[in-house]
Amino acid sequence: MDLFHNLIFGFEVAFSWQNLLYCLIGVSVGTLIGVLPGIGPLATIAMLLPITFNVAPVGALIMLAGIYYGAQYGGSTTAILVNLPGETSAVVTCIDGYQMARRGRAGPALAIAAIGSFAAGTFGTLLIAIAGPSLADLALNFGAPEYFSLMLMGLVAAAVLAQGDIVKSISMVVMGLLLGIVGTDVNTGVQRFSFGITELSDGIGFIVVAVGVFAIGEIVANLGDPEKRAVFTEKVKNLMPTMEDMKASIGPITRGTLLGSFFGVLPGTGPAIASFSSYMVEKKLAKDPSRFGKGAIEGVAGPESANNADAQCKFIPMLALGLPASGVMALMLGALTIQGIQPGPEVMTTRPELFWGLVASMWIGNALLVVLNLPMIGLWVKLLRVPYRLLFPAIMAFSAIGIYSVNNSSFEIYLTAIFGVIGFIWIRLGCSPAPMLLGFVLGPMMEEHLRRAMLMSKGNPSVFFTRPISLAFLIATLGILIVMIAPAVRRRRVEIAG
Amino acid sequence: MQLEFRSNRDFWAGIMLIVTGATAVIIARDYNFGTSLRMGPGYFPTVLGSALVLFGLYFVAVGLKRNEKIEGNWPLRPLIVLPAALVLFGLLIDRAGFIPALLALIVGSAAAGTEFKLVEVLLLAVGLTAFCVALFIWGLGLPYPLIVGW
Repeated sequence: MDLFHNLIFGFEVAFSWQNLLYCLIGVSVGTLIGVLPGIGPLATIAMLLPITFNVAPVGALIMLAGIYYGAQYGGSTTAILVNLPGETSAVVTCIDGYQMARRGRAGPALAIAAIGSFAAGTFGTLLIAIAGPSLADLALNFGAPEYFSLMLMGLVAAAVLAQGDIVKSISMVVMGLLLGIVGTDVNTGVQRFSFGITELSDGIGFIVVAVGVFAIGEIVANLGDPEKRAVFTEKVKNLMPTMEDMKASIGPITRGTLLGSFFGVLPGTGPAIASFSSYMVEKKLAKDPSRFGKGAIEGVAGPESANNADAQCKFIPMLALGLPASGVMALMLGALTIQGIQPGPEVMTTRPELFWGLVASMWIGNALLVVLNLPMIGLWVKLLRVPYRLLFPAIMAFSAIGIYSVNNSSFEIYLTAIFGVIGFIWIRLGCSPAPMLLGFVLGPMMEEHLRRAMLMSKGNPSVFFTRPISLAFLIATLGILIVMIAPAVRRRRVEIAG
Repeated sequence: MQLEFRSNRDFWAGIMLIVTGATAVIIARDYNFGTSLRMGPGYFPTVLGSALVLFGLYFVAVGLKRNEKIEGNWPLRPLIVLPAALVLFGLLIDRAGFIPALLALIVGSAAAGTEFKLVEVLLLAVGLTAFCVALFIWGLGLPYPLIVGW
């Protein structure tokens, strides 16, 4: 019972009072940003990253993870009560959740969302514990060609499954790869694209890019399109779902969890894909599909479970392979690197407390979230009334302090300002910045693996096709591309966008 | 259908990609390209930059064909004021200290919004700055002078 022993070890780590506190802070902050529209988990993690420098790696990771999955819970609260997705993955929850609230069933909707998320979180956590170590074992045999092909697959999946135009997303991945190689070339020591600026010789900090594009760029966009928020003012009562609600939700929760886990492990899938697929499945399976859109509880239970399972399972490739499957995971990877830990399959054996502590904390965090979300719902609803004009200067302040404290460098503040403008332009031109961030993080690694693979094979590119694991990744990449470019899927994508 | 260049989304996305890619390729000419066996520092940037140029050409063509409009407007005020507030923060934090830099940033950012109520903004600036001093300087021990010279 290795798994059993490891889990006990993990709970010992997670149950230290410091780590419990970090977990609580993480999920509270996460719920907060999930509730508040206009700040995503990516921007929050980026601006709070510096705070974690003084914290031990395990605590830092526990806290950041808590922010991330906490935001998934918080997002459902606003979706149900205000018809406003505080977070992209909650878009689908708006459809039936808000209708339930308008019919005076906000309580059961919130409760089912929390129960579904908890069930999905528990399953996801267990899956990480089971699949993570075996995947890491497999990855220990990976050489440069395997890593290169794997990253290629991740980037293609990220581009293809992100919302919006596929070709534009791929262009943005390339843009990210290019931005990622600014700085000193590891192999030759040559300065690339640094324009003689000393601060650029270490490359562009990924926090600078993330905060610039995702925090500053978003604020500009939000100020440009003033939003109308109609807060659902009625008091939430009758929190308990009926027996019927529970019975109707078991199936959707189970299917949503499985779907979410599948999409979660797949690198690059955006958070909305899992919840949207689950919604479609439930609508297809329903005896009376016409109820959907009018307050069907299945339309809340399924997608909420799916997006939470997706969020948890995104950790699997990050922890086992050192491969970020989403923008948030790219930031987590960065947090590890800053803590002096080289992410990759070795982490699990060299730093077991990190992996098992995090896994255990996720389960604790999910349980905390149920407690935080249901009885304290009134408090979160009140927070919704904080006007954006008070909120965004605070985001600016935290972002600036966060970036400055990484290297005590004013230059990085200026660079963030520039990326804010660039990020806004990208948003307006329909170029989604999330794939760019993945390319940015993976760029240097990919180049290194490509160079090493070519040295290994004496310049013969066939090395990527003759090694079975590498070939498998390449075939999968091709498969993803073909499936997604196929006309039927393109039509579906339009539906998602619309 | 009249082609409207100013707000043609894909056309300008294409131009942006072409300019970025071409700049990268031109600068990378100064770096050793190497061979496929021993890739020089110029290899990766040249390949990526060329790819961006190709993608850019594709989108210029798409833009001319589909002629889709840019959604949303160009809010010039926040687009200029927010980055300016950040630059002000950067200038002040080294020269004047944590408190002046933060006050300037908060008031400056607030000025980017459409509603600017002076009293409210001042209260927000003072409150938020006090909170940040307590959290970052006293709580987390970041080593910045509150006000230079004090």
